[in-house]
Amino acid sequence: MALLNGILAQLLNGLRIGSIYALIALGYTMVYGIAKMINFAHGDIIMVGAYALYVFVSLLHVHPALAVVLTIGFCAVMGITIEKIAYKPLRNAQRLAVLITAIGVSYLLQNLALLIFKATPIPFGSIIRVPSITVGEITISGLTMVTLAVTAVVMVGLTLFVNHTKMGHSMLAVSEDQGAAKLMGINVDRTITITFAIGSALAAVAGILYISQYESLLPTLGALPGIKAFVAAVLGGIGSIPGAMIGGLVLGIIESMSKAYISTQLADAIVFSMLVVVLLLKPSGILGKLSIEKV
Amino acid sequence: MALLEVKNLGISFGGLRAVDGLNMTIEEGSLVGLIGPNGAGKTTVFNLLTGVYRPTDGIIRLDGTDLVGKNPSQICQAGIARTFQNIRLFSDMTVADNVKAALHNQISYSLAGSLLHTPHYRKKEKEIDGRAMEILRVFELDQFAGYKAANLPYGKQRKLEIARALATNPRLLLLDEPAAGMNPNETAELMETIKFLRKEFQVTILLIEHDMKLVAGICEELTVLNFGEVLCQGKTADVLKDPQVITAYLGE
Amino acid sequence: MKKYGKQIIGCVAAAAVYAAVMILVNGGFLSRQMMSLIIPVCMNIILAVSLCMVVGFLGELSLGHAAFMSIGAYSGALILKSGLPTVAALPLAVLVGGVCAALLGLLVGIPVLRLRGDYLAITTLGFGEIIKSVFNAATPVTGGAGGLKKIPPVTTYRNFTFVYILMLLVILLVSNLVKSRHGRAICAIRDNYIAAEAIGIKVSFFKTMAFVIAAFMAGMAGVVYAGNIGILKPVNFDYNTSIEILVMVVLGGMGNITGSIIAAFLLTVLPEMLRGLSNYRMLVYAIALIAMMLFNNSPLKRMLVEKHNMRQAGKIE
Repeated sequence: MALLNGILAQLLNGLRIGSIYALIALGYTMVYGIAKMINFAHGDIIMVGAYALYVFVSLLHVHPALAVVLTIGFCAVMGITIEKIAYKPLRNAQRLAVLITAIGVSYLLQNLALLIFKATPIPFGSIIRVPSITVGEITISGLTMVTLAVTAVVMVGLTLFVNHTKMGHSMLAVSEDQGAAKLMGINVDRTITITFAIGSALAAVAGILYISQYESLLPTLGALPGIKAFVAAVLGGIGSIPGAMIGGLVLGIIESMSKAYISTQLADAIVFSMLVVVLLLKPSGILGKLSIEKV
Repeated sequence: MALLEVKNLGISFGGLRAVDGLNMTIEEGSLVGLIGPNGAGKTTVFNLLTGVYRPTDGIIRLDGTDLVGKNPSQICQAGIARTFQNIRLFSDMTVADNVKAALHNQISYSLAGSLLHTPHYRKKEKEIDGRAMEILRVFELDQFAGYKAANLPYGKQRKLEIARALATNPRLLLLDEPAAGMNPNETAELMETIKFLRKEFQVTILLIEHDMKLVAGICEELTVLNFGEVLCQGKTADVLKDPQVITAYLGE
Repeated sequence: MKKYGKQIIGCVAAAAVYAAVMILVNGGFLSRQMMSLIIPVCMNIILAVSLCMVVGFLGELSLGHAAFMSIGAYSGALILKSGLPTVAALPLAVLVGGVCAALLGLLVGIPVLRLRGDYLAITTLGFGEIIKSVFNAATPVTGGAGGLKKIPPVTTYRNFTFVYILMLLVILLVSNLVKSRHGRAICAIRDNYIAAEAIGIKVSFFKTMAFVIAAFMAGMAGVVYAGNIGILKPVNFDYNTSIEILVMVVLGGMGNITGSIIAAFLLTVLPEMLRGLSNYRMLVYAIALIAMMLFNNSPLKRMLVEKHNMRQAGKIE
């Protein structure tokens, strides 16, 4: 029974961290689907979100609810700006060039944060204050419930947005065939901009949830969850929105299980091994489709 | 025995039957055309023959050797070389290096030679240089040997692609729309080149082409594809008169 | 004779640099700080030139170069610590370090190199992280996060000659390789892998080969690092280290060996000379990366290239 409870507790842990991965993975997957690039700087938007929240709440003393909205807005604008300055000029460039630029942006964000906020971790208490509940012998923390609820709402909202709005349809069209979408009168630039905005907003949400969990700010805090979320996106099939959700949750559960039952130190190694295994066995991921270069 | 023997070749992409039941034999030394309307599956046939796609069913034999399941580089070494519809040169490399890269398996030396530039390396590189220039001369590209391939004008890029394919010393050369995008003068020149290299290199040629003047001018036999199936096969003059072929090209 | 012109220039330059460094060191013209930079410069040149082969010639982005360096560093350090006399231990360590890194390169390369582009880059990064975690976890052998300590300082500036020869060897091998059938195959894969396959080049074989050779060289650089710094910690070989090497290759003009050498030299020496700005070093790297890529794809650059092409095309007509 204790074992079962332990497993259940780890499962909940996994779902919580997995939800955060899923939120980040959505950004990767949407941008990849539409701009056909891996936005390496996406993970660092999480960091920007976390610091932005800290600035609004602790330094400017804005009400937490408003601070959350401001943070999301700030990150969305940040995402758009990055796209306009760094990625848009490279739209027809070699993929290697785009990838290196994205790495540059990621590096830039980290080092800007390092200069502004210094390398010492800044403690920052969670703004989410919800009491925990106990079901049987398992205690579910308030943070877990909020994280799961927020993620569920975002996922449903995003699915509805993509499938039932004009903008959503434009996104699907652009991700299918940019050239054809342009000919059908879809504003490709605007669609890409909005995709970056949504992706970055989701990263901000993930950043807020993440910092509420770890309660300590570091300029590099976005790097690892960013890379793991990318693994999640690949796991689920890059380009697929439901894939990103499933990939994120699966990865979170694998990570928390390996931390609890195998080795804390090797948990990251296990997560990355997953990436390698998936790419080798089913490069298209769980729900993705593989594109083959036309000869 | 025929040089190339294709029996009942077919491939499906999902539900789509891109090529179905293709039978074809090409005799050593002949020049055969593969024609058909857009989307008929001509390039897919090339991709099947060169191992880019793996056929769902059927047999491909080059001089009796089974080629199905081999990868493109093995098939090239077996003796089939090709050009591409959308030119695929090594654009950042020089014209000479494009051809030299194709001599890779023809004139060979060890990795140690490459790393240390041994006397053996020097000797073989000299041989490679000579052979590459020889081939470039056939296509009148020798004067551009040092130029980046991407900087060549379009027509010369097409020629360079043929030169590169020939450098692998193929027995069967597949040309995918060699005259695409060329003006009538260039096409006429290309026809002469094809005739010449056929004699010079003693290579059997299968080509895809839409330019009927070129097809009628140099091909001895034709295979017509339509919707992935063979519509008609035979001597060029007979095939071009076939009412079915005319319908497929021009409609009812 | 003209054919050998470049080689003669190279030999003269190599000898001149050697003589200059020896005079500066022995004459006491260099500050302690500058002396301490001599070996890192050589090491970074080895790293940059070897990565240049993968990124510039093979055209694949490897973000795990530091991982190969770390394997070399740890395995080499264990030999250096074994108590053998330096004369035997150092060459052996360099060799073992290189071989271990090459073996890892093979192990990683065979699966990873089946992938292309973005996926390959991310997977190499993942492998780098895996190796870091393993070093952190394998405390009995590696000292874990605390570090592998007390490595004999065998590659300080006093041993410049050995390191310098090693560096020259790496430069020579890579530039030789590029001008050979193997090098042409690698560049052909970069330019168009489908066409490369179609002319009979075994794409996965040559990709793996380039990758393994680069790993071997990075492993040797790792041993130089170990003997220079005296203590190895897994954090020294993280993603940032890989990126620093990448910056050298990119600034050197991707695929330009001389450029990589110059960039490696400048990026090692400048930050030390501009100590006051050291906080901005990484920031400058980041901006340099972005700026380079934006410039390479800017209308200005395109105009310059077009002008050049026009000139060539003019000659053709």
